[in-house]
Amino acid sequence: MDFEDSEDEANYRAVVRTWLEANVPNDANGKHRRGVEGSESLRSARSWQARKASAGYACIHWPREWGGPAGTPIQSVIFHQEESKFVTPPNPFHIGLNMSVPTVLAFSDQKTRERFGFSAMNGDEIWCQLFSEPSGGSDLAAARTRVRKTQDGTGDWIINGQKVWTSFAHIADFGLILCRSNTDAPKHNGLTMFWVDLRSQGVEVRPIHEMNGSSTFNEVFFTDVRISDNQRLGPVDGGWKVAVQTLMNERLQSDSSGADWIDVLKMARRLPSIYGKSALQNPAVRQQLAQWYIQSEGLKHTRNRVITALSRGHTPGPENSIMKLVRASQMQDLSHAAIEIMGRFGVVDEAGGPEERSLFQDSLMWAPGLRIAGGTDEILRNIIAERVLRLPRDASHDKS
Amino acid sequence: MNFDFSDDQKALRNQSRRFLETACSMQRLRRILDNNEATYDRELWKSIAEQGWLGACIREEHGGLGLSHLELCVLSEELGRVLAPIPFASTVYLFAEALMLAGSEDQKLSYLPRIARGDLIGAVAGDDWIGSIIPLAQNRRTSFDNVGVTAQDCRLNGIKSAVIDGGIADAGIVLAREQDLLSLFIVNLNAKGVARKKVRTLDPTRDCAQWQFGEVLAERLGRPGQGSKILETVFDKAAVLIAFEQLGGADRCLEMAGLYAADRYAFGKPIGSFQAIKHKLVDVFVKNELARANCYFGAWALNTNAIQLPIAASAARVAASDAFWHASKENIQTHGGIGYTWESDCHLFYRRACLLSTAIASPEIWKERLVSHLEYQAEE
Repeated sequence: MDFEDSEDEANYRAVVRTWLEANVPNDANGKHRRGVEGSESLRSARSWQARKASAGYACIHWPREWGGPAGTPIQSVIFHQEESKFVTPPNPFHIGLNMSVPTVLAFSDQKTRERFGFSAMNGDEIWCQLFSEPSGGSDLAAARTRVRKTQDGTGDWIINGQKVWTSFAHIADFGLILCRSNTDAPKHNGLTMFWVDLRSQGVEVRPIHEMNGSSTFNEVFFTDVRISDNQRLGPVDGGWKVAVQTLMNERLQSDSSGADWIDVLKMARRLPSIYGKSALQNPAVRQQLAQWYIQSEGLKHTRNRVITALSRGHTPGPENSIMKLVRASQMQDLSHAAIEIMGRFGVVDEAGGPEERSLFQDSLMWAPGLRIAGGTDEILRNIIAERVLRLPRDASHDKS
Repeated sequence: MNFDFSDDQKALRNQSRRFLETACSMQRLRRILDNNEATYDRELWKSIAEQGWLGACIREEHGGLGLSHLELCVLSEELGRVLAPIPFASTVYLFAEALMLAGSEDQKLSYLPRIARGDLIGAVAGDDWIGSIIPLAQNRRTSFDNVGVTAQDCRLNGIKSAVIDGGIADAGIVLAREQDLLSLFIVNLNAKGVARKKVRTLDPTRDCAQWQFGEVLAERLGRPGQGSKILETVFDKAAVLIAFEQLGGADRCLEMAGLYAADRYAFGKPIGSFQAIKHKLVDVFVKNELARANCYFGAWALNTNAIQLPIAASAARVAASDAFWHASKENIQTHGGIGYTWESDCHLFYRRACLLSTAIASPEIWKERLVSHLEYQAEE
């Protein structure tokens, strides 16, 4: 048991590191930013993605037939570990490259693969995922966006409806879309998956003004959008299986942004408390710090266990499933406690004040979103209960 | 990255699990529970001695197998799963580790081979001075008064209360006040002047006793005044190993609750299909996984004698204590009324969870130890 690379891994890491030192752009800004603001930052994002693609460091574990470098999952992990040590341009490609595009490539012919694989990997075209709807976020199979086959002999389809919570739709070129093709079948059996060009006539993207003031998600409206039958992925009415496969493409969570225990410790050491000593002398604060430390270390070493499985060529076990569930609530509780430690200055949103204040405030205001996005706490608990603990499924009233 | 047990260690886990399923079944545990006179499972003790478990980490020249602490962690987890009613922690994690750390060569030759053979049970009485594990505590000296035994010219007087496995131990390691120092002594518990009294606890499947010393001649362990320093390291090591026992117990509780929830029907469906049960058990799973990750880091730090050991051990102990307690109480809850009966095995885990989290100082104190170290580390 150790934290060392194997010989191959160490060699790969050294090569990657040398390449990064020589190639990371100097003008990079916005490390760990979720959004992409302005055409300049999008341009630098595209250029960085293209540079990685030309060196074989984009979509590292994509197979050759997708135009990928056919590396191993552990190489992908190593590259991202090393890349995260640098300040690099924002990455608006990851949802597409990790979830949407693999589904498109897996369910289409060689010609379509050639058309989309490289341009997505190269950052020329951005993909989003059009699953959630106003009528159902957690309940994806409740999708109501309607798709109807035209009667004009072309075999084309017409889409009408609305998607929501779509990250990067405002800058995306294409999307993967789950539509209701059959209203008579039980809900899971009446869905069909397509890819759609977001520049088509009848598509309208509206950014959502989120509770923290930013706009990283969008609403996407479809009004009589015409698409051809060769944009269909999988069989007619067989879209649910395709969606499930897309959701399985979940990548190894490695987002380390947001406030953590060390930020609380550093701040509490400086700030006075009711005891006339530093807040860090307050036993209640110390006991909480211990809990947050254990959670953060628990997640870090759980990730190390997952990476170990990849390194040994195994499929990781179920342990990875707890990551977001634990982190989102921890971030929320911890940033709230930090703001209370600062007292009324904790809520002041002006320049100056404790240096960590904006970090805690950003984390506090993003945490409710993180607890919902990509599977709510409740849905994740259902998934872990059924797939990991093998508890019986709840009797559904919506299944055939 | 190689942050997992090796294939050989995993094979040892499977092998010991199979062995303990029969050698330490719940029926056998209940013989200790239901018999007021029984103090530990002698047959199990004998057979694990034959397999070398008691000397797993003892060097070969001292009669052991000379394995690493990682193998011992594997065994601890398995013994924890079955709530083994034996003085393994007291003898192996505490007594033997203290001897290996601070004993003279003569002392090692005298005690360690007997431990490895299963001929000597040891116990350690030293957590009455709780300040000893908190490095930056300002009240180090004031809490001297809590140490109930004094020493003069290697003669001990006073009382150690509630020593786990103290009634069945042959030899004890005792922390004593020696003028203004704290020192360790090895005591033959069958010697003249030692009076032992059984102490009943919430967990009758483990022995506990009070030791009273009247002019008992003892043997020094380590130098005068080194007592708290030695115990600090011994407790760190034991904290990791006990955390593995707690982890094993917590996993077993989750398995029991999951099986019951899948089988038990209410309102026409298995109770495990209700989200109230599902989400409860996922919360147990999450705590177990966080404890496992912290235990593994503790195992690494223990095995490599890393400078991070105090932090890693504290984190493992706090996480595993929390996980076992939470799993054991929700296991009873998931079982409903049947879980509240004496016949159900649920309460045995609930009892053991309390015993293990309060042995070698409670989690509250380990949290303080953890944060003191983190504070110190952040200053550097």
